[in-house]
Amino acid sequence: MAKSKVVSVAEAMKHCYDGMTIMLPGFVNCGVSPTLIDGLIEAGIKDLNVISNNTSVKGKGIGKLVHENRIKHITCSHIGSNTETCEKAVAGEIDITFVPQGSLAEKVRAGGAGIGGILTPTGVHTPMQEGKQLLEWDEEQGKYIFVEPDDPQKGARYILERPLHADVCFVHAYKADKMGNVVYHRTARNFNQVFATAADFVIVEAEHIVEVGELDPDEIMTPGALVDLVVQAEKEE
Amino acid sequence: MRKPANEREIIACRTAQFFQDGNIVNLGIGMPTQCLDFLPDGVDVWVDTENGAIGLAGAPGENDEFPVDVVDAGGRPSLLRTGGCCFDSFTSFGYIRGGHVDITVLGAYEVDAEGSLANWMIPGKAAAGMGGAMDLVCGSKIVIVMSTHCDKKGNPKIVQKTEMPLTGYKVVNYIVTELAVIHITDEGPVLEEIAPTTTVEEVVAKTGAKLIIPETVKTMSF
Repeated sequence: MAKSKVVSVAEAMKHCYDGMTIMLPGFVNCGVSPTLIDGLIEAGIKDLNVISNNTSVKGKGIGKLVHENRIKHITCSHIGSNTETCEKAVAGEIDITFVPQGSLAEKVRAGGAGIGGILTPTGVHTPMQEGKQLLEWDEEQGKYIFVEPDDPQKGARYILERPLHADVCFVHAYKADKMGNVVYHRTARNFNQVFATAADFVIVEAEHIVEVGELDPDEIMTPGALVDLVVQAEKEE
Repeated sequence: MRKPANEREIIACRTAQFFQDGNIVNLGIGMPTQCLDFLPDGVDVWVDTENGAIGLAGAPGENDEFPVDVVDAGGRPSLLRTGGCCFDSFTSFGYIRGGHVDITVLGAYEVDAEGSLANWMIPGKAAAGMGGAMDLVCGSKIVIVMSTHCDKKGNPKIVQKTEMPLTGYKVVNYIVTELAVIHITDEGPVLEEIAPTTTVEEVVAKTGAKLIIPETVKTMSF
């Protein structure tokens, strides 16, 4: 029989530490992991380097980490849903690196899939290309060539985006079995599925924990092989 | 279909006339979602949301069951229609970038004669981030900017060459305002239609880009 990965939140927090890079999937406050985030706050963990799509809303989910000043830097696509994050960004209390939402998903996919980088047309000729390498397809030479931002464009141009990887990822599941096989619900799936592939240590909080064998193998969206621990999710207040 | 009652509704109603039956459309937060109130007769569209669903059906009403875990691109609860589906973020942006969204509708700070769009960052001001806009404008088959013709101070939002930080370079196909429909072509921006209440001269005067004026400019009809 497979060994159970189910632990308490406090036990799971033993794998989290100051200064770690953590992936926090979710879209606004849908599909975020409030139980594990409360655990981080309780455990006093700080100086986080966060990779997320946004920062929930004020006072909820990732917004709690913002409020408690636990975050040093965020890589994300949008902070507009949380006024407190915007205020702290303006005050210089949180460092933000914006990444277009599709590039974020694809950079993390690359990080989880062992790919050295991606070529995306998103953000070419925008501030997103600053400091990055640009490649253009040269039909005559039959190969990609590096170009500078001001070079006249002759062919399809792409930004070379590097993969993203994290120390820890918190995943919010609708159902998980005790081996960590995961099923998501509706749009709460969002970044959970891809982020779960790109961290050294993956902790799942599940609304419903079921016995191994209760999930149909075809409905499993994230294989338990990617998951290290499972905790019981509490309802967010 | 009801008739538009004010300038914002004129913009939404005219934009909705671009929709064809069965289109997958992505509508930006705010004014673009109003297009759904003005779908032409016989036209049914499937609303894509970049957080991972096709088939959103608007905010729940009093008698609807509360939609757990279905949110729109603004994070607000939304209904999902029969036949709708949900998926993860990289599938979502894969089909957005991959050209599977028929029409994207979004707003603008400025849009220029080449169809370059600025709508996420004002120099000197804190930015909230681009979210999915850069991917949407770069991958969708048709990109429509819907906007008031001028900003609150009366300055043209349609300019010859925008100096603002871009969301996308040469990505916009149509601009719909309360005064005009402008088609961005390889030759330049063509004034295709004007509102019943305006003149070609007024539109030209309120546009910062050099417009191409065809022999006949149609009047919007609703």
